[in-house]
Amino acid sequence: MPDVQALVNEFLFKLKKRKIEGSQATARQTAVLLRSVISQQRIPYTHQAAALIDAVKAVGERLVLANPVELAVGNIIRRVLHIIREEDLSLTSVAMAGLDLSAVSDDEDETDQDDHPVLSAAAVAAASRNTLRPPSLQTLLEDLPDSAAVPHSSSSGGDSEGKSKSADKSSRSRKLKHDVIEAVNELIEDIDTCHEQIAEQAVEHIHQNEVILTLGSSRTVLEFFCAAKEKKRSFRVFVAEGAPRYQGHLLAKELVARGLQTTLITDSAVFAMISRVNMVIVGAHAVMANGGVIAPVGLNMVALAAQRHAVPFVVLAGSHKLCPLYPHNPEVLLNELRSPSELLDFGEFSDCMDFGSGTGSPLLHVVNPTFDYVPPKLVSLFITDTGGHNPSYVYRLIADYYSTDDLVLQRKPASVNSVQT
Amino acid sequence: MGAQKKAPTRAVSDDPEDLARVPLQAVLLADSFATRFRPITLERPKVLLPLVNIPMIEYTLAWLESAGVEEVFVFCCAHAKQVTNYLENSQWFSQPKFSVTTIESHNSVSAGDALRLVYERNVIHGDFVLISGDTLSNMSLMRALQEHKERKKKDSNAVMTMVIQRSKPSPITQQSRLGTDGLFVAIDPTTKQLLHYEENTNHLKGTFSIDKMLLVDNTSITLHNDIQDCYIDICSPEVLSLFTDNFDYQHLRRHFLKGLLVDDIMGYKIFTHEIHSSYAARVDNYRGYDTISKDIIQRWTYPLVPDVLSLGNSATKLERRGMYRASEIGQSRSAQIGPLTVIGTGTTIASNTKITNSVVGKGCAIGSNVLIEGSYVWDNVIIEDGCELRHAIVCDGVTMKSGSVLKPGVVLSFKVVIGQNFVVPPYSKVSLLQQPTKQDSDEELEYADNNSDTLDSAATGTMDKLNGDSSLEFSEMQHHVSSELGYGGVGYIWSICEGSHEEEWRHSVAPIPAEKLAEITQVIEDDLELVSQDSNAPASSGELKPDSQINAEDDAVYFEKEVEATFLRAVNENVEVDHVILEVNSLRLSYNMQSADCAGAIFHSMMKLALDTTHSTHNELLRNVQNTVNTWQKLLKSYLPGKDEEIEVILKFEEICLESARELSPLFTQILHLLYDKDIITEEAIEDWESEKKDADEADRVFVKQAEIFLQWLREAPEEDDEEDDE
Repeated sequence: MPDVQALVNEFLFKLKKRKIEGSQATARQTAVLLRSVISQQRIPYTHQAAALIDAVKAVGERLVLANPVELAVGNIIRRVLHIIREEDLSLTSVAMAGLDLSAVSDDEDETDQDDHPVLSAAAVAAASRNTLRPPSLQTLLEDLPDSAAVPHSSSSGGDSEGKSKSADKSSRSRKLKHDVIEAVNELIEDIDTCHEQIAEQAVEHIHQNEVILTLGSSRTVLEFFCAAKEKKRSFRVFVAEGAPRYQGHLLAKELVARGLQTTLITDSAVFAMISRVNMVIVGAHAVMANGGVIAPVGLNMVALAAQRHAVPFVVLAGSHKLCPLYPHNPEVLLNELRSPSELLDFGEFSDCMDFGSGTGSPLLHVVNPTFDYVPPKLVSLFITDTGGHNPSYVYRLIADYYSTDDLVLQRKPASVNSVQT
Repeated sequence: MGAQKKAPTRAVSDDPEDLARVPLQAVLLADSFATRFRPITLERPKVLLPLVNIPMIEYTLAWLESAGVEEVFVFCCAHAKQVTNYLENSQWFSQPKFSVTTIESHNSVSAGDALRLVYERNVIHGDFVLISGDTLSNMSLMRALQEHKERKKKDSNAVMTMVIQRSKPSPITQQSRLGTDGLFVAIDPTTKQLLHYEENTNHLKGTFSIDKMLLVDNTSITLHNDIQDCYIDICSPEVLSLFTDNFDYQHLRRHFLKGLLVDDIMGYKIFTHEIHSSYAARVDNYRGYDTISKDIIQRWTYPLVPDVLSLGNSATKLERRGMYRASEIGQSRSAQIGPLTVIGTGTTIASNTKITNSVVGKGCAIGSNVLIEGSYVWDNVIIEDGCELRHAIVCDGVTMKSGSVLKPGVVLSFKVVIGQNFVVPPYSKVSLLQQPTKQDSDEELEYADNNSDTLDSAATGTMDKLNGDSSLEFSEMQHHVSSELGYGGVGYIWSICEGSHEEEWRHSVAPIPAEKLAEITQVIEDDLELVSQDSNAPASSGELKPDSQINAEDDAVYFEKEVEATFLRAVNENVEVDHVILEVNSLRLSYNMQSADCAGAIFHSMMKLALDTTHSTHNELLRNVQNTVNTWQKLLKSYLPGKDEEIEVILKFEEICLESARELSPLFTQILHLLYDKDIITEEAIEDWESEKKDADEADRVFVKQAEIFLQWLREAPEEDDEEDDE
């Protein structure tokens, strides 16, 4: 147990000090951490799921507080909580199904299930959910036998399903933990492979001789372009440099190294170039529940330019970037103001500090926001690892990945057990 | 899993390095050995004072941790118990790869003593970072450290790397930013070796001198007055033994650095590392406290900013216009919280209160109609209705009764109570403790050690002491005090000791008063007049190249001005003639001038001086000239080895009379005579001058004509002389 505590503390510290960059890395590390939390957690005989959920929530709350702006942390915590609930539900429902299967439901897909005795845990869970909720498009798709695009918690649970039907309490508890860890493993794998999953769809979106515009640098975007290139598509890329960190420069170099026609432009030249562009493809920091995007600074401008010229604005986002929260005042509350020294050297700033008299407040302010909020109406399409989606559909995706009970991670009493000063 | 992942990567990173890798260590001096923050520091060590609601040492440790330091030795002296207690309860003792060890001492009075003690402990094994607990930075140590190591490998005498930063060389900026004095350094531009370091205590005097051997030994040298010392040093272990060997080293800069620079027997070298975009500064005085707080609020110290550092149950959120608010505060709807303001957890703010540019700590209760502007209010302060605070520092537990006013620059130490409607005068410092009556003879001493016991008890609870002691004393005190701080007030106003009164505005949190600014500007303008005509170096810094070809004519003008300035200064400050000669000589060398030029220039300045002295008639002017010549003839003579130079002086004189000072022209003959009488100019020179002028235009011969009678007399006189000689 102290082992886990140390790990948690270390991760907390890193998050706090902003030492982990990028939402994919953060998501992955969060999932790995939660996996070890779960595997170390002792499980009582009763309320096993509740115990796990409590343990994850306790850690999760602290992680979210450590860097509230990095939404991927909260997303993964909610995903894991959701997994625990689903697995628990599926075990219960399977047990129930063993007793009285027909009593569960007379839904259309439920009858399908009867035809397929070997079922995934998720499918069963989804089915049992369906008794309470209307069926979603996703669950309908999932139940198709050849749902290749959906790498969901599936095959592993299948074999053990039969045994578990007659499982007693103790083996069930072990099984719950085992299943949850399996599912988290798959989640980690999902996060690892999300770039490839998204890139696979590249050929469907990038056509011959098109001109694509992007801003800043995103690994997802890079892989996406490379995948299209590998499929012998020839197209040109305009890269806006992405001030003040100028990561667009890196992307441009990388693209050229992979043999792509690349043009580097300044951010302010986007509007001038947009009329020649067929499609804008960008990465995101997070996708909110209303379909709005938290993205690197400058993208709102690009989105507006794209709308003005009716150019499709496509956002690539791994499913770990889907955040079940609705943005409130996102420009401020979901933003991070980084060091102004990226814009202006401190020396130059202090040179402007002459005559420190008067009100005592400096006349010069240097503000360096990290993110922009792009409202959903400016986004044409989201490409996630499960395929392309409309912004208005995002809430539905979220309903599949998260349970509503977990939207608020903070437990009521502020009982953070470790004392941080 | 995470641990398993970490282990191999660390092993890999270790492999390429040599096996004897020592963890990077740091010595953190949790004592500034200075008295700038009195009276606050009588009760709490400086490093634990909150800077934007977080103790200063927290910033330093956070930076050390993020910069890759693995082992920190915190040296505590004053209030050592408080520092260790704080650290024990902090997160730092539980970090896996970051160990904090405290070293306590009760008899160290300087940084030198501290380092000697660290050496005795024998804990430092490799290069270490030397920093004091009031320094904050977000620079990356990697480059500086690497440079240091590489230099060390090549030259074992390179014992220290100093981090410096560029800043605008105007005294106003230096003054208005950190309240520090100007700094003059000389650096070798190629190797970045530090050659000279001088804290310019009097920036009104724009001169400093360097050893000429520096110019001999180094092919090129840059002089800077636009450098700021960050007080972050990377040292080799030798530094500690140096301190031990030289037991008189006390101050890091004043003694150690100077000692090393002057001492060429051992040949130890100090290098500099300049940072550009990152931040580094040290809280040296109240003004620095103010400025650095503002820098933090404006996020220059990112990621060491309030919303990142404050963790746990008091999450602080950054809102628009640089406003930080903790999650649990009570704020009236009509209260206005302005830009660049930080409000701590549990603080309540009543209606119609206005807070701008300020920091308010945890658990404060602020009444209605209060105005807080540019102030720093620490934790658990009670401010009743209608108070006004402008540019003040208010420590923990202070109570301000309704209607009291703090004028700019006020410092209220712990638990002081200000009476109703009492106005605390500007720049006053108020404490529950009485001012130590006898000022310590050694001003370096930080916390008076004569009463360290009482201080400790004071630290643990001044109120206890107040209440616990005999009631007689208490009531007496109460009585005494209420008269000093209004009705119901508790505390003593420290009298400002003379001498430091002048400095009060310099180091205070209050903005510099307009008249003081005007004063500085005036001085600067005077300086600039000099500087602009002064040197071939641009105002900030310049590289002196021996072979630089500069327009000779300009040079002559500059040279003349410079000589004049030197001369005038000599007159005003009664500098001895010999010294003036030395200075003029050095100028002559630097401008590559002949002694004739010097003589001309000196003569010019003498005449100017005479002219500038008040006079109404020609006679008075002549007397002025006589006086001047009398006093300074030695100076002039020393540049007149021969006839040519003398002729030059006469020509110069003509020029002056014609161009700059027409007043002198009627007196030409008299003055010439005077010069002759004083043996400054010989007759041969005058004769030569006359003959030289024979062929010149009529216009040029004005003065020859004027002096005709004198010349006539002169021509006769020598003959007499000759005759006498012949006889």
